[in-house]
Amino acid sequence: MYRVTGARDPLAESEPPGKPPVWQDPRLRALVFQVLALAGVVGLGVFIVNNTIANLSKQGIASGFGFLGRTAGFGISMSLIEYAEEHTYLRAFLVGLLNTMLVSGIGIVLATLLGFVLGIMRLSRNWLIATLAAAYVEVVRNLPLLLQLFLWYFGILRQLPGPRQSVTVLDAFFLNNRGLFSPQPILEPGFGAIPLALVVALVAVVVLARWARRRRDRTGEPFPTVSVSLALLVGLPLLAATATGFPLRWEYPVLQGFNFVGGMELIPELVALVVALSTYTAAFIGEIVRAGILGVSHGQTEAAQALGLTRGQMLRLVIIPQALRIIIPPLTSQYLNLTKNSSLAAAIAYPDLVLVFAGTVLMQTGQAVEIIAVTMAVYLTFSLLISLFMNVYNRRIALVER
Amino acid sequence: MAGRAQPVQQEHPLALRPSAATVGVVGWLRQKLFSSPLNAALTFLALYILYLVIPPLVRWAFIDADWVGSTREACRREGACWVFIRVWFERLMYGLYPREEIWRINAGYGLLVGAGALLVVPRFPWKHWVGVFLLVVYPVIAFYLFVGGSLTVSLVTLAVILALIGGTAVRLAPAFRDRAWIAGWRRAYPVFALGALAWLALGERLLGSAPLTVSVHLWPMVETRLWGGLFLTLVIAAVGIVGSLPLGILLALGRRSELPVVRGICVAFIEVWRGVPLITVLFMASNMFPLFMPEGVNFDKLLRALLGVTIFASAYMAEVVRGGLQAIPKGQYEAAEALGLGYWRTMGLVVLPQALKIVIPGIVNNFIGLFKDTTLVLIIGLFDFLGMAQAAASNANWLGFAIEGYVFTGFGFWLFCFGMSRYSQHLERALHTGR
Repeated sequence: MYRVTGARDPLAESEPPGKPPVWQDPRLRALVFQVLALAGVVGLGVFIVNNTIANLSKQGIASGFGFLGRTAGFGISMSLIEYAEEHTYLRAFLVGLLNTMLVSGIGIVLATLLGFVLGIMRLSRNWLIATLAAAYVEVVRNLPLLLQLFLWYFGILRQLPGPRQSVTVLDAFFLNNRGLFSPQPILEPGFGAIPLALVVALVAVVVLARWARRRRDRTGEPFPTVSVSLALLVGLPLLAATATGFPLRWEYPVLQGFNFVGGMELIPELVALVVALSTYTAAFIGEIVRAGILGVSHGQTEAAQALGLTRGQMLRLVIIPQALRIIIPPLTSQYLNLTKNSSLAAAIAYPDLVLVFAGTVLMQTGQAVEIIAVTMAVYLTFSLLISLFMNVYNRRIALVER
Repeated sequence: MAGRAQPVQQEHPLALRPSAATVGVVGWLRQKLFSSPLNAALTFLALYILYLVIPPLVRWAFIDADWVGSTREACRREGACWVFIRVWFERLMYGLYPREEIWRINAGYGLLVGAGALLVVPRFPWKHWVGVFLLVVYPVIAFYLFVGGSLTVSLVTLAVILALIGGTAVRLAPAFRDRAWIAGWRRAYPVFALGALAWLALGERLLGSAPLTVSVHLWPMVETRLWGGLFLTLVIAAVGIVGSLPLGILLALGRRSELPVVRGICVAFIEVWRGVPLITVLFMASNMFPLFMPEGVNFDKLLRALLGVTIFASAYMAEVVRGGLQAIPKGQYEAAEALGLGYWRTMGLVVLPQALKIVIPGIVNNFIGLFKDTTLVLIIGLFDFLGMAQAAASNANWLGFAIEGYVFTGFGFWLFCFGMSRYSQHLERALHTGR
């Protein structure tokens, strides 16, 4: 409670509100502020562009993307598409881009597998297992990725013995200082039937899952979707393979002279990069998985038990769907980080986009502005695509609150 | 709990003692390691892996290692050659910084640690002033300590700088909050500050020469290309974090602004830098910044790297701060508005103090990331801690000791990062109380 101590109402004392001065009009202020901000940015842009044009013309560098059509004239140690010195810079760019995508793709798959294993290990009831996983995470997360990459590449892979003393696994995989040699699948005519069968199986599984779900919603009858799907996914391609007489054979690498011939060769740079990227990212993914599973409230487990669900049903129908809702957003940002981190390739001379394009091509042509802009645009496209996917996914799985 | 009487523990005459298999060491082992056959198998597997890894590691790092000597011949090559680290230690710490000048770096460290220690002392009365010293005065001292050389200052300019710092301190210091004259000073402050900044920016140019100059030459200049090792890593990390925090706060405020143009600019800035790898930013800084500048302006490689790192880190910082801003309930904004506070006061007095407090752990995590990322500067030819180890390992006299170098630098990085992550967890717990 308060009392009015003075005789007069304090409000009555003040002047009747007149028109505020012009500079206090919020709309005008907003306008002026924005015009100033825009002018600042545009001014900076003009300043930079002018200087750049002046500097480039003095150095005699023609701007534009005409250089992409010129002959590159340098070799690249690894390429997924056909490439030779007489190909163009554009071709070299594509080689680098594909190499980046290759290393990111393999890295993402391995990091996810290792990360999920780590996350589950950290939640294990076995003290030793949980502690080991925690120690791994704390060590790997707190070391710079570049250091780990150097350790794998210069410290381990380059110190390996030569081809004659390779580290051999099952007489099929050979690891030495020239890289990792593994058997290569050779496709024979008729192989096309197997992927076709796989696609058919996939479509069948999707249709089946939808039907099973609708039936369960309608009648409450469960259907063993998982086991039937697995049977379809494995069985159909296997059937196709048997029908066509297994049109696949393996070519093994063979030691000839001083190096291996045949089989699939992974250069040591690729091996080091994949190992470093996936072990590093896995530590982060492990923490995400752990947080996701712990994030499902205990009441959910109890409710599922009260409903009489089996342990498998509980995991599949209650815990995993809710944990995934927590896991997937940070997981995609880890995938994005891995893709961006793959640019560390430049430090160990794996021919990725940065090394080939922003390194060699830039050095040869001097077109710094165009090349850095294109390189950044590529990574930016990756990240925008992933965030687009993220937004769509988030909208689909967002909790519908009543 | 303290006030409540504890029930007296008394053994009931009929109570059975727990089975020996469920308590004590045996119980712990049973529960945590051998609760099921699968668990027991996993335990044995883990023990076997540890057996494979730990003893050879210990033998390599300690038992078979060589510790004394000054040449590579001192190493028998059976275990680690720590002689390598011993010989290169100074380089790993300070880069190519001249030996007789290294005390300057140490003095800089000492000052920082001393001031930082005062901040940690609980109930130390002048913490605010220590903070001001660290953020305003220390960078100037450190800059001159590390760079050195002749410094020519105009006494007038120096006086203006001191007046600006003093005036701002009086304006902000809580000690003067209740004085009668403070209201007048507050009103005059914007004119004063603008005047002082205008003098700093234009005064000497308008006069054509700097009045009343004095030259200081306390110690020789050390060019930045000689900087390296852990020292360089710390410089880059410190500049990155100190520079990116204010920039990040402004960007975060801009991103949540109601002015569409400002918001657009900030969103574009943040998303572009967050979408590209740091390496491309550093490539850009080293290849393109020189092109952006007018002819004749040439700034050194370290400065370019610092700019690149700061811009990159500020985009990430902006997202952390934005998280804090979003967590402040709408009522706080409305209450500030109801009190008649304008935008900057609402943000500065009500929203940011709360928002920043929430995101301190996020900021520390960001700092850990930044600290690890500083290693990338070696790609544009700066020799940081890791870069120096790499350079030492490729020295013709010391080939083949790369692993020792990585282990040593790795240990250094790990201590910093792990320490900071523990500190961040501690802060998280400490800040959660009372909310």
